[in-house]
Amino acid sequence: MTTTKTSSPVSAAPRGRRIQFGRFRDLTLVPVIVVLLIAGSFVDPIFLTPGNLTNVLQQQSALALVVLAEALILIAGKFDLSLESTVGMAPAVGVMLVIPVAAGGFGLELPGILAIPLCLLVGGLVGAFNGFLIMRFQLSAFIVTLAMMIVVHGLQLGLTQGKSLFELPESFLYLGSATWLGLPAAIWIVGALFTVAIVALGYFRVGRSLYAIGGNADAARAVGVRVERVVWAVFVIGGIVAALAGVLETGRLGGISANQGVGWIFMAFAAAVIGGVSMDGGKGTILGALTGVLVIGLVENILTLKGVPGEWKQLVYGSIILVALMISRLAGGKAQD
Amino acid sequence: MTSSVKAVEALGITKRFGPTTALNGAEIAITEGETHALIGRNGAGKSTLVSILTGLQRPDEGEVRFAGEPAPPPADRDAWRQRVACVYQKSTIIPTLSVAENLFLNRQTERGRINWRTLRTRARQLLEQYGVDVDAETMAGDLGVEQRQLLEIARALSFGARFIILDEPTAQLDGPAIQRLFDRMRSLREQGVTMMFISHHLEEVYEICQSVSVFRDARHIVTASVGDLPHDRLVDAMTGEATAAYEYRTRTPGTSAPVVLSARALSLAGRYENVDLTVQAGEIVGLAGSGSSGKVGLAETLVGLHRADTGTVTVNGTEVRQGDVPSALRAGLGFVPQDRHHQGFVPLLSIAENATIPIAHKLGRFGAVSPARRRERGARMIEQLDIKTTGPDQPVADLSGGNAQKVVLARALADDPRALVVINPTAGVDVKAKHSLLGAVEDAADRGAGAVLVSDELDDLRICDRILVMFHGRIVKDVPRGWTDSELVAAMEGIDH
Repeated sequence: MTTTKTSSPVSAAPRGRRIQFGRFRDLTLVPVIVVLLIAGSFVDPIFLTPGNLTNVLQQQSALALVVLAEALILIAGKFDLSLESTVGMAPAVGVMLVIPVAAGGFGLELPGILAIPLCLLVGGLVGAFNGFLIMRFQLSAFIVTLAMMIVVHGLQLGLTQGKSLFELPESFLYLGSATWLGLPAAIWIVGALFTVAIVALGYFRVGRSLYAIGGNADAARAVGVRVERVVWAVFVIGGIVAALAGVLETGRLGGISANQGVGWIFMAFAAAVIGGVSMDGGKGTILGALTGVLVIGLVENILTLKGVPGEWKQLVYGSIILVALMISRLAGGKAQD
Repeated sequence: MTSSVKAVEALGITKRFGPTTALNGAEIAITEGETHALIGRNGAGKSTLVSILTGLQRPDEGEVRFAGEPAPPPADRDAWRQRVACVYQKSTIIPTLSVAENLFLNRQTERGRINWRTLRTRARQLLEQYGVDVDAETMAGDLGVEQRQLLEIARALSFGARFIILDEPTAQLDGPAIQRLFDRMRSLREQGVTMMFISHHLEEVYEICQSVSVFRDARHIVTASVGDLPHDRLVDAMTGEATAAYEYRTRTPGTSAPVVLSARALSLAGRYENVDLTVQAGEIVGLAGSGSSGKVGLAETLVGLHRADTGTVTVNGTEVRQGDVPSALRAGLGFVPQDRHHQGFVPLLSIAENATIPIAHKLGRFGAVSPARRRERGARMIEQLDIKTTGPDQPVADLSGGNAQKVVLARALADDPRALVVINPTAGVDVKAKHSLLGAVEDAADRGAGAVLVSDELDDLRICDRILVMFHGRIVKDVPRGWTDSELVAAMEGIDH
C-alpha cells in the first residue's frame, strides 16, 4: 500500500475530480440491497410488507450489535473472536446471579433489576481481559481471542451444566421483546447505538483516533494518541455491546440456550467485511458495517420465505456472501485487503 | 550563522538498549537558523538521537535543551511538538485517511464535534501556506512519496516549531524531487527555520547544509562548518580510518564477447517504449534517468516481474517467458530488487537460508536441503561480501541496511549468474558497505557476467562501461565511460539530445 517508490510530480493530485467517491465508499452495498429487495418481492409478496421487514430487522438486531462491536475493534486494527461466546455467557451469568437455585441459578438471588447491569459488567470484564492480554501482555489478538472464545463458551457450559435457562426475570426479557412506538425496542436500541457510533467515529477526535491507530499505530503514538488506552477501551466497549446483544437475543427468544451466539462471529466478520471494514484496520465505516448486516438479514429472510431446506441454507448463504463481496469490490473499485 | 544562539543542544546523552549502547555521551549543538547535517554510518546512533531529540525516548543520562531552556517532560507531547518537528524516515502519514485529516491528526478540533468543513478549510490554508499543491480531500494513500513527504513537513511545521529534523528525506526521491525539496528547505531557512538534515549522500550535505556533525560508534566525533571538512575527511570521520575513494576498475569487454542479456523492441504501455538493449559478458551497462523515465520498469521486465506488451527478452541465449521470474532465473539471471525490504529477503530467516534460496536444489537431493551445506555456503558468502554478522544463522532482520543488502546481492550471485540485474543497490547504505557492494558487482563482471545496473546515484553509475539514459520511457542516449556529472544529468533531464 505504501510502497510507491517513484514519486509523481507534485501537482499530480486530481484536481478535476471534485466529486469525492471516498464518502460513498461505505455505501457500495446499497445496490446489492436494492437488488435483494427487488428479488425478494418476486420470491414472495409478503417480503416487502412492513411487517416482514420489521421482522428482518428485529431478527438481525442482536447480530447487528456484534457486528458493531467487531467493526470498532477491526477499525482499531485488532481482532475479537470471543464476542460470540460473550453473547451467550454474559446473559447466562447475569441471570444466574438473580434466579433461584431451582431455576438453575447460583443461589445468590440478587435483585432481578440487577440482571442486565451484571450481564453488561461481565461482558465488559471479558473485553478488559482480552485487552489486558493483547495490549499489556503483547499477545496476538487472533490467538488470544480464539482461546477466549473457547474459554468463555466453556464457562457458560460449565456453569449451566449445558442446560438452557428458561425461568428468567421479566425485566431481563423486556428489552428484547417490548415494542416502542410501533417498532420493537431492539430496533430502536440498535438504531441508537449505531447512530452514536457513526457520530463518534465520524465527528469526534477519540473516534477518529481509532482510524489513526488502525492505519498506523506508530504514527498515532507520535501525534499523542494514547494507543494502548484507546484500544483497551475499544475491547471493553466491544464486550459490553456483545453482552447487550445477548440481552436482546434472550428477550427475543425467551430463554438462554447453551449455544446462544455460537457461530455468529463468522456472520459478524462477513457482514463487517462486505460492508467495507478492512481486516487490516484503519478502514471502513460503521454505516458500511450496518449495510453488511442488512444484506445478511435480507438474504436469510429470502431463503426462509423461499422455503430453502435447512441443509442447503449454509451453501446458499456462503455463496451469496461471496457474490456480495465481488459486487462491493467491483463497485468500490479497490482491491480488498 | 546570524546568531550564536543554539536552537537545540544535547549534552552528554547516553542511551542503552539492553546490552547495546546506542549513544555514549553523545552531544550535538545546532545554531539557530542553520541547516545542520548529521551523518554517520548505519548504527552510529543517528536514529536514537532523533528519537531523543523529538522526545519519543528519554536518555539514560544527559539532557536536551531547546533555545537554552530544558526540554519539556516526556509526556507533554504538545510541548515537544511546539519545539521540534520531525519528518521521520518511516512515513507517519495514515494512508486510509484524507490529506486534511492527516494534517490535523488527533487535533481535528479543540473539543466536541469535528466540523469537517472547517477542517478542510484549515487544511487548504495550511497547504497553501507551505505551497503544497495537493487536494485536501484526497486519500493520503493515493499520494506519491514526494507529496506525502511535503505533507509531513507541512504538518510538522504547523505545530509552530522552528526546528525541524529531516531523517533521510532524500532516500526515496529522484533527482528533480530532491532539488524541489532542497528549494523548499532553502526557503524555510530564509524564514529562519533551523534544520537537522540526515543523509547518506555527502554531496547533499555540501549542497544544502552549513555545518555538519559526524557520529560514529554511538559517539559524537566532530562538528564543523562544511567548508572546513572536505569530502575525504568527512568519510574518514565516519569510518574512523582513512578510506580511499572507491577505485573504479576498467575493463575492456571484447567486441566478440557473447551477448548474455538482450531485449528487442520491448514496450510496456505507460512505462517504456520500443527499447532495444544488449549486454555482453563482462560488461556493466548502466540505466539512468529520472523516477518517471521507466528505467526501473524496464529492469523489472528483464527479470520477469512485468510482462511487456510487445518485444522479447533473451537471457544467455534463451528467450525467456515474459512475466515469469523462475524462467529468467533458470536461464542464468541474478537479480537485486529495488526494495530490499519488500522483495529482497525474508527477515526472520537466517542469512544462509536467504542467500541460498535460488540454489537450494543444489544443496541436497530430492527436494531436501542439507543444513550443513547451506551453512557452509552461507559462511562463504559472508566472507566474500564482508557481511558483518555473528554467523550464517543470524536472521537478516537483525542486520543493518548495508549488510542486509549484501545478503540480497549474495543471493543474486549465488548461482554464478551469467546475467545480473541490479536495481539501486546502494540505497540507504553507508560508504563502506557501498564500496563492497559495488566491488561485488564488478567482481561478477570480471568473472564474465554481464550486468545491468539501475541507479539514481551518479557514483554507482561510474562502475558502468556505458550508460543508457532513459527519458519518458525511451532510451535517448548511450553514454560511454568518461562522462561528467553535468553531461549525464542534462541527458537524464532531457535537456540535450
